[in-house]
Amino acid sequence: MSKVRVLVGTRKGAFILSADGTRKNWEVSGPHFAGWEMYHLKGSAVDPNRIYASQSSGWFGQIIQRSDDGGKTWFQPGTPPGEPTTTPDGMPKGESNKFVYDTSAETGKPLTTHQWYDGTQHPWEFKRVWHLEPSPRDPDTVYAGVEDAALFKSTDGGRSWHELSGLRGHGTGPQWQPGAGGMCLHTIAIDEKNPERIYIAISAAGAFRTENGGKTWKPINQGLQSQFIPDPNAEVGHCVHHVALHPARPDVLFMQKHWDVMRSDNAGDRWHEVSGNLPTDFGFVIDVHAHEPETIYVVPIKSDGEHFPLDGKLRVYRSRSGGNEWQELSKGLPEKDCYVNVLRDAMAVDKLDSCGVYFGTTGGQVYCSPDGGDSWAPIVRDLPAVLSVEVQTLP
Amino acid sequence: MIRVVLPPHLRTLSRTTGELQLEVAGPVTQRSVLDALEAQYPMLRGTIRDHVTLQRRPFLRFFACAEDWSHESPDTPYPAPIANGEEPLLIVGAIAGG
Repeated sequence: MSKVRVLVGTRKGAFILSADGTRKNWEVSGPHFAGWEMYHLKGSAVDPNRIYASQSSGWFGQIIQRSDDGGKTWFQPGTPPGEPTTTPDGMPKGESNKFVYDTSAETGKPLTTHQWYDGTQHPWEFKRVWHLEPSPRDPDTVYAGVEDAALFKSTDGGRSWHELSGLRGHGTGPQWQPGAGGMCLHTIAIDEKNPERIYIAISAAGAFRTENGGKTWKPINQGLQSQFIPDPNAEVGHCVHHVALHPARPDVLFMQKHWDVMRSDNAGDRWHEVSGNLPTDFGFVIDVHAHEPETIYVVPIKSDGEHFPLDGKLRVYRSRSGGNEWQELSKGLPEKDCYVNVLRDAMAVDKLDSCGVYFGTTGGQVYCSPDGGDSWAPIVRDLPAVLSVEVQTLP
Repeated sequence: MIRVVLPPHLRTLSRTTGELQLEVAGPVTQRSVLDALEAQYPMLRGTIRDHVTLQRRPFLRFFACAEDWSHESPDTPYPAPIANGEEPLLIVGAIAGG
């Protein structure tokens, strides 16, 4: 029988939740990296035992961790080229933690500035890795979305990183601005059929697409409207919270924007709103059913000023029509006094025949629905605030 | 040998417990101590000072002989009790963390 492994990043460590295909009895492993902020963990689709993890701290900065045995053991993969991977006494080296913006004359741009909260210009400063996206074809190739917003790539299993500077050098950088969580590149979606095509999203700049593996980028924000920026229809400056796609239909994108749930049928060239009958269209997460490309999920949050569910009732909403018509899913979810948030990378789906849907909350709960959203149950209730949830479907 | 006390998270990261002992070549300064520390424990590169600029990370401070040496030049020699191992150099988080 197939198994699932849920990778949970929290404010105070990482947890790995494992179950067989029934998804009833769970084994909890962790905390891994106890006390550290674990923004994201994600496994390789081609080598599920290969898992990358972003470990960070306001005190000590960024650490990249890697596991080659499904999360049982971890190590820092970094070492300078040509040097042994460990020190003489077996310890790993620290090159993997080095994220340096490309300022080289050949491929980089001079360090540019972005807009600060008060509208002044501010230099780019690396803070942390928000999202790690392994290549769908090669376990040693992995992308990192970072704050301040930029995209980095490693082709040596996370040992070293280089910036794909065409994104930051696109020319609109001075108009990008940080959202409440910082100016983060939080979404990386790779077209599995054509890995040269990558979508990314930045809060608050918007969505971008490359067709050449990251050399050049195009802003794909037409149709987005954001009332909090001087020109609501601007080319960039939109606070995109998350973007999701179904691997079988890489031209169809779904977006949870700050406000508004959006859809594009032409790879982001044009968006239209599909919020429909949602009780509020503010939120952070959005995801697509593993087998039904028109079935999508969101968790409506009351407003940008009140980051919790409406009326204290935690709800997932499902649309089976790719948006506009939404169904409230409540079975097994809190009916009252629930004031948690569900952050942008904290929802995932598995690939079992009956698609499982998972999400984590800032209250430390991780919920699982083994039946595509019809019913829900908590896997764990009392973890630290959940930052990210990913799931691996294993043979 | 000089003695260094790391904050708990960096002890975990470096897989060490208690005080560290380091052999430092030449004058014992912030720079030479961190060079020796990072050479012996490379996983700590970037956690105490920036990878490239070598600037102290803003939330970390250095205490020597009960005095704050965080803002001294990285090349200022530490007091003799640090240099001869009588007292440890303390690397501490600057603010309490939740």
